[in-house]
Amino acid sequence: MTDVVVTGYGATTPLGGDAATTWENLLAGKSGVREITAEWVEKRGLPVKIASQLAVDPTEVLPRVQARRMDRAEQVAVIAAREAWAHAGLAVEKGEEPKVDPVRVAVVVGTGIGGVTTLLDQDDLLETEGLRKVSPLVVPMLMPNGPAALISLEIGAQGGVHSPASACATGAEAMAWAYRLLKAGEVDVVLAGGAEACIAPITVAGFVQARTLSQRNDAPELASRPFDTGRDGFVLGEGAGILILERSEFAEARGATVHGRLAGIGLTSDAYHITGPDPEGTGQARAMLAAVRTAGLEPSDVGHVNCHATSTVVGDVGEARAIKKALGDHPVLTAPKGALGHLVGGAGAVEGLITLLSVRDGIIPATLNLEEQDPGVELEVVAGEPRKMELTAAVNNSFGFGGHNASLLFTK
Amino acid sequence: MADTAEITKGLAEIVEEVAGIDTAEVTVEKSFVDDLDIDSLSMVEIAVQAEDKFGVKIPDEQLAELKTVGDAVSYIEKNQ
Repeated sequence: MTDVVVTGYGATTPLGGDAATTWENLLAGKSGVREITAEWVEKRGLPVKIASQLAVDPTEVLPRVQARRMDRAEQVAVIAAREAWAHAGLAVEKGEEPKVDPVRVAVVVGTGIGGVTTLLDQDDLLETEGLRKVSPLVVPMLMPNGPAALISLEIGAQGGVHSPASACATGAEAMAWAYRLLKAGEVDVVLAGGAEACIAPITVAGFVQARTLSQRNDAPELASRPFDTGRDGFVLGEGAGILILERSEFAEARGATVHGRLAGIGLTSDAYHITGPDPEGTGQARAMLAAVRTAGLEPSDVGHVNCHATSTVVGDVGEARAIKKALGDHPVLTAPKGALGHLVGGAGAVEGLITLLSVRDGIIPATLNLEEQDPGVELEVVAGEPRKMELTAAVNNSFGFGGHNASLLFTK
Repeated sequence: MADTAEITKGLAEIVEEVAGIDTAEVTVEKSFVDDLDIDSLSMVEIAVQAEDKFGVKIPDEQLAELKTVGDAVSYIEKNQ
């Protein structure tokens, strides 16, 4: 039977310009949250002056002309995809034979918001300079399928380009659709993940008005504190993560290094409220159980859950309850958003990667800033230092505005 | 008024800025599409910048006729 294996990965995040640096800094307990230095924060009088911003500016990585044709969300997607493709041993020099038939390669990469910085900048130009100064690339820069499409151009993937959009669950949902494509045998290789770069006045203002962001401006590194009693909202972040997922037969035949398996997936919806999660957590629990079931495992096999936990008052406790309901009280939790902030459409991809690495390396990163655990969270959460732990299976959760619940189950 | 050499140099700078092609490559006999691999979207940007730099109007139907760098240079020289 076809398994879905992970043969490569890439990321650019607030903790590092690549996957290895991100993982290293996460384990070291570093924070990616910093003050926003852009002048619009003061100019627009926004009460949130912090965000989890990229460690490495994508325009310093990409060639200048390539960068100027892309929105920042597209830039991070292409950077992560390029790293992942090379990491999987699939990159070739120009003119060389591809290592996989391009029509057997698909891209499933989404974004939660899309090219909002392009939209704002170009609308300003239209207002102040007129039509002539508007870039002919505006539409491909702001369209939500842009990151996926640009990856297909970069890699030469001709087996289909798909862009799920489920807000903060997007990156994880992309993995789930990739899993389905591979299980169905439609393609041999999928570049799957999510990308986001939406730290802009209108998104910050919107999240502020929805009462979702931390306003701990005086201590940026302490602002994102999932499961802690002092939490007051999430910290908006940016970045991208891409996994190379392959049919096990194909990976084996080409002698690829396997870092783990995406063994199960669960996608459900709440149909409860446009932003708020169902307080009963039934949709979340169903997603986790579906991931366990599609993997052919039992809840008792899941030793660890890499949580969605964004550091909001309601969400974190609800998720912990849903985990207990679905899997029992044995899984050990962590919440990487304490260090990474909330990468929106990129979150599920980067955190899926972290979950994979936890299973592979037998180590769970600590939840940054967890000092006093909310008594409503009746499960053990790793805090202080990373925890060494042999894992058979671990689940990664991502939930999104709109009532989207996505759970991924990784094994060795 | 810019002379032929100045226009060629100025146009090459625009092409370098928009499409990343070394100014030395942007010579009069080169075709924008076939030799320099410039797409239609970049041509729009190049035309807008050339209009500003040389004070000319390049209507869309005219832009489609400017196949080579030399075509563009002589059009600009005549119409500036």
